[in-house]
Amino acid sequence: MSDMLTDAAGLPVMLTRDRTHITVRGLYKSFAGSPLYENFDLDIPEGRIISIFGPNGCGKSTLMNMIAGLIPVDQGEILFDGKTLKQTRIGYVFQQYREALFPWIRAIDNIAYPLKRMGLGKPQVKARVDELVAEFDIRFDLNRYPYELSGGQQQTVCIMRALAPRPEVLFLDEPFSALDYEMTLFIRDKLQDIYLKTGVTMVIVSHNLEDAVFLADKILLLTRRPTRIADYMPFDLARPRNPASMSESSFVATKAHALEIFQREVRA
Amino acid sequence: MEPTLTRRLLPFLGPVLFFVVWYGVVVLGLVNKVLLPSPFETVAFLANSLVKGVMVIDIWATFERTAIAFACAAAVGVPLGIALGSSETAYRSVEFLIDFFRSTPSSALIPLFLLIFGITDANKIAIAAFAAVLVILFNSAYGVMHARKTRILAARVMGANAWDIFRDVLLMESLSQTFVGLRNGISMALVIVIVAEMFIGSETGLGHRIIDAQQVLNVKDMYASILVTGALGYLLNVAFLVMEKRFIHWSGK
Ligand SMILES: Nc1ncnc2c1ncn2[C@@H]1O[C@H](COP(=O)(O)OP(=O)(O)O)[C@@H](O)[C@H]1O
Ligand SMILES: [Mg+2]
Repeated sequence: MSDMLTDAAGLPVMLTRDRTHITVRGLYKSFAGSPLYENFDLDIPEGRIISIFGPNGCGKSTLMNMIAGLIPVDQGEILFDGKTLKQTRIGYVFQQYREALFPWIRAIDNIAYPLKRMGLGKPQVKARVDELVAEFDIRFDLNRYPYELSGGQQQTVCIMRALAPRPEVLFLDEPFSALDYEMTLFIRDKLQDIYLKTGVTMVIVSHNLEDAVFLADKILLLTRRPTRIADYMPFDLARPRNPASMSESSFVATKAHALEIFQREVRA
Repeated sequence: MEPTLTRRLLPFLGPVLFFVVWYGVVVLGLVNKVLLPSPFETVAFLANSLVKGVMVIDIWATFERTAIAFACAAAVGVPLGIALGSSETAYRSVEFLIDFFRSTPSSALIPLFLLIFGITDANKIAIAAFAAVLVILFNSAYGVMHARKTRILAARVMGANAWDIFRDVLLMESLSQTFVGLRNGISMALVIVIVAEMFIGSETGLGHRIIDAQQVLNVKDMYASILVTGALGYLLNVAFLVMEKRFIHWSGK
């Protein structure tokens, strides 16, 4: 696959081999005796955006939550660059932004929360929050409480909060599914911006194929339970991608291929 | 302009209607005048006793007992409820006990408390506090237990330890339910204090005043005292609603 991106030295990125960031080995997970994942292996490359796509209930969230340590694995090993989760800084964006933010503190204090938990002093916290506000080009009042903000604004706050500690990996579970189309486009764009600026590894669960393909360097297609990898497709369209990218032939072809596999898996 | 004015007057419709029906019943002689004085006489009597201060002593006595009982109940119920709520096993082990006594009318325990405390003020306060503490404890525990799972996970992902999660999420989440408990708790305390003042020898208090007036068929005093008791309960409830709106600004949002 050809890759149009170049690294800092001007070398095409395809020449610098992708390093693996997250390795999942021998993962086993069952619910109420029925296995969801059996002997499951996965490599997630560093500094890439990975979309996870698959039928409803196939275990996309469960997989991501196990990697992010939100739910325990039954068996198996998950390492981040050889480190354990405890030694790794991660960020997580939930689908239900309303239930993920703290309504008793202002939006700005929500963003500062993980920084305070890291034990940073007041000036450092403020500096980092200011930096995020500038980066995101925030036009709404962050001194409001979360419930006073629109859905898109709340999800933006969630993403800023997740990015505040400069995580090595950012996990997003269906970040767009509670948003309208306009907000989806806006946040999708912001995520790509942040990615281009920071190069943070992102893992995104999506049930919308267009969103999944649009952001992805690689698309992980999952089968129905017991869940296996149906395909792990690269998608190398140049960045920044914009709405016009969605009519490019490689986009259309990738989406069509993913849809074909998806339909085969749903029928199976 | 017109519809908003009508709208604003709407809450007064019920009370006005209430007094009109009351007045109608008296004027038409549907009820013996000895048993039901007219609303004007009653309100006039009420105003007079308030101005002369004879009723103020009783209002204060009832309020004081209710407030002390409530303060004791809150001081025990809130921390204990939150502690129980944060440990599933602890709560499950006492759940039946709490539910049982919560379902037992506290007035049924008055004779028992009489045996323990005798005919004292402490008795009235103790039983009111006992009734209130169960309501408060249950609500605080419930508030903690029903904290949003997502919020707890979010805090954990952000590096919060168990104590951080307790302080920053569970405690905050429980506050609005705790306020529901406090509001119901003070109503409960007032109910029990009134009952106790009626039946556990008492020299003061609205309960005492109501039953005294009834015994000597001073019906104006009885109705006036009932109205004042109602007003006291209502105002306590409103006070807590206002406090809740102020402090728990995110409640219901
Ligand atoms: N806590 C749980 N207890 C029992 N079954 C669960 C639990 N969590 C998830 N599952 C099951 O595991 C499967 C995968 O769930 P999930 O990861 O949420 O799917 P997806 O995100 O792909 O829609 C579903 O069939 C779901 O019913
Ligand atoms: Mg899901």
